[in-house]
Amino acid sequence: MNPAALIIIVVLLASAAVALSLRNLVRAALLLTVSWAGLAAFYLWAGAEFVAFAQVLVYVGAVSMVVLFAVLLTRPAPTDPPPPRATYGRVLGALLAGSAVGGLLCGAILGTPLPSSPGAPPALTVREIGRQLMGVHAAALLVAGVLLTVALLGAIVLAAAPGRRRSPDAP
Amino acid sequence: MNPLQLCLLASSGLFCIGLVAALARSNTILVLLGLELMLNAANLNFIAFWRYGHPGAPATGVIFVLFAIAVAAAEAAVGLALIIAISRHQRSIRLQEAVTLKG
Repeated sequence: MNPAALIIIVVLLASAAVALSLRNLVRAALLLTVSWAGLAAFYLWAGAEFVAFAQVLVYVGAVSMVVLFAVLLTRPAPTDPPPPRATYGRVLGALLAGSAVGGLLCGAILGTPLPSSPGAPPALTVREIGRQLMGVHAAALLVAGVLLTVALLGAIVLAAAPGRRRSPDAP
Repeated sequence: MNPLQLCLLASSGLFCIGLVAALARSNTILVLLGLELMLNAANLNFIAFWRYGHPGAPATGVIFVLFAIAVAAAEAAVGLALIIAISRHQRSIRLQEAVTLKG
């Protein structure tokens, strides 16, 4: 494990933690983009270039933009009262649950004899990935395409539904 | 320390950050981002096992992560559309106020 991976992991975790504790949603979304880019850098470091590029395209490029659009579209009006702060009981409960799950996971990871074969990464070319996607996993690829189409059409229908709050005599 | 263990610990940290955010925050967008972070932690696990685990089929981990990213993109799109619909109906995206689903 070289220091580059350690730096990537520290940046990834720190930006994610800071992003999700911010109150400003736009800043949170932008910092999470840093976290997703760090994840892509980790994939690059691990030797999975194709996954790293998919991560950059989908998360850093698309999902962050969709999140920013959602933040802007759901912005409260200036006349709305400011949202109340989170209650301490809720935050404390969440921290307790998170640390319990984290402790459980760390104990399981450190107590399991894991295989250590720090050799070269498995030889995998984009050609081989394409061959597998079009061959063995062709049905799964089709299903994923149908799922994406249906989900995006559904998202458009949900987000573009006309408001029903209009008074009946309005045009 | 084993590099695989370090990767798994990083993935657990990411998962716990997402879990705490999803439980503690009351803004729906931040809850959804916490869920996305948990999905990313699972992807990191797949890549770690693909890289350091027992050498099996050389493409399984990568292809699993590609499908997971596709499904996560669909989930994010539908979730954010639902959030926009909720904010239009209830004038707020706090989770505590979104207690009815009937439009």
